[in-house]
Amino acid sequence: MQIRCPLCGLRDVREFTIKGHAIALSRPAPDAGDEAWNAYLHLRENPAGVTTELWHHTAGCGAWLKVTRNTITHEILKVALVRDGVERTDAD
Amino acid sequence: MRYSGLQVLAQGLLGNRGWTPAWRDPDPKPAYDILIIGGGGHGLATAFYLAKEHGLTNIAVLEKGYLGGGNVGRNTTIVRANYGLPGNSEFYSHSLKLWEQLESELNYNVMHSQRGIINLFHSDGQRDAYARRGNAMINQGDDAILLDNAGCRKLLPYLDYDQTRFPIYGGLYHPRGGTARHDAVAWGFARGADTRGVDLIQNCEVTGIDIENGAVTGVQTTRGAIKAKKVGIVVAGRSSQVAAMAGMRLPIESHVLQAFVTEGLKPCLDHVVTYGMGHFYVSQSDKGGLVFGGDLDFYASYAARGNLPMAEHVMEAGLTLMPMIGKAKVLRSWGGIMDMSPDGSPVIDKTHIDGLYLNCGWCYGGFKAVPGSGFSFAHLIATDRPHAPAARYRLDRFLTGRGLMDEEATGSQHNLH
Ligand SMILES: Cc1cc2nc3c(=O)[nH]c(=O)nc-3n(C[C@H](O)[C@H](O)[C@H](O)COP(=O)(O)OP(=O)(O)OC[C@H]3O[C@@H](n4cnc5c(N)ncnc54)[C@H](O)[C@@H]3O)c2cc1C
Ligand SMILES: [Zn+2]
Repeated sequence: MQIRCPLCGLRDVREFTIKGHAIALSRPAPDAGDEAWNAYLHLRENPAGVTTELWHHTAGCGAWLKVTRNTITHEILKVALVRDGVERTDAD
Repeated sequence: MRYSGLQVLAQGLLGNRGWTPAWRDPDPKPAYDILIIGGGGHGLATAFYLAKEHGLTNIAVLEKGYLGGGNVGRNTTIVRANYGLPGNSEFYSHSLKLWEQLESELNYNVMHSQRGIINLFHSDGQRDAYARRGNAMINQGDDAILLDNAGCRKLLPYLDYDQTRFPIYGGLYHPRGGTARHDAVAWGFARGADTRGVDLIQNCEVTGIDIENGAVTGVQTTRGAIKAKKVGIVVAGRSSQVAAMAGMRLPIESHVLQAFVTEGLKPCLDHVVTYGMGHFYVSQSDKGGLVFGGDLDFYASYAARGNLPMAEHVMEAGLTLMPMIGKAKVLRSWGGIMDMSPDGSPVIDKTHIDGLYLNCGWCYGGFKAVPGSGFSFAHLIATDRPHAPAARYRLDRFLTGRGLMDEEATGSQHNLH
């Protein structure tokens, strides 16, 4: 597998570390309740097909990437920088 | 047909023309009392114990491919009872006891070989952790011996003891651990269930689960609709898809785990050896091939194949530990789809839908669990009460945080086990 980092270009998967499903970007409010936190931490759609997940370009530029990937074929369909897609709620 | 030495002799003399198929190949009936979705090790064992322990035989096992074509025929066959936490400890202890009587119970040679497992350790901290685990095993009534460096050298003279990176301090020896012939386990349970009247239906994919007023009424399949009072989901890596047919979202992520086998060699490895520092474990099959594996590839996957970096990593670790295998040629590599749970432990539980039961989350360790899981799941389905050794395998532990079983103490999170 190779991932096309938007900053570094096409690189071997050995340079990247996977964090898991991109649901990690949608953290519930601290008081959202057990169901919401369980859904965030544990429950997964786990699709056989297209999924989005977070990869870190550990041995490269250090950017967090949002990767759209097919879990059946391992084909990588889209790579974006997380910082471009995250809605910030705080002042910065 | 009962198998015996005499039978082999008699058939041999008669040109082996008298053997009959080990199970029937029936068409599905319109209705059953109980449907088991998934004809892997766990599904077949569940059907067998439902029939044998509870006298229930109006049962069908629905398998989308062929019996034993899933993980039960893809794993590296290690059977052990060396878990440390309450919940796992009593469950795997019970399962190993079932293994020890399995061949006579099934009248089938599953080649269960209690050749012993040695988990190597490479630091004082790891030694302490293994000593503690060994004590937990002994407390559970199982067997564990803490070997020092000299003790390991005696049993495993071929390891590279003096490597500077991960010198071998010793190992935790579990003599009753070992291996079994994976296909034979599926076939033995299949034959045992079929003989007792269970219908094993192959090429029958479940495509929908019918629910009325909060209770299950049957399933839709590629071979038509089938009605049932109770339905058990036991589909390993496909758990999320099948549970989604009942509107459920599970705490499961499917990952690929690879394994490898070399050409056949003269007997050289007497035990199962695990190398904790390099994520490598190995045993030798009865045909002579070295069967070995390592870690998950660590990304979600439904492809029954992995990528090269993990293959390379596993080979490197193996060569670091036992340089003598460096000239052996790898014949085959393959992968299986693992139903990974956040805490690394499984689920055997009812669901919120009446008559729908769930068995999943076996991660990369469900082969040794086949008899125990089948026994406990059958008990749950038949009596609607959890079986004591599996009582902690609750689905709601992730919601409540109560009773999580995280053997590796890395946290109850996806991607850590
Ligand atoms: C490489 C590798 C090494 C492993 N090593 C070990 C080991 O050394 N020791 C150990 O204890 N465990 C090991 N495991 C784990 C073990 O193999 C699994 O945990 C266990 O086999 C899973 O249970 P099963 O046998 O029921 O699964 P499977 O055999 O996968 O059975 C599930 C069945 O469900 C069927 N199915 C899926 N969807 C549907 C549907 N919609 N309708 C009908 N049928 C369906 C599938 O076709 C499949 O046959 C290993 C796994 C792998 C891949
Ligand atoms: Zn980069």
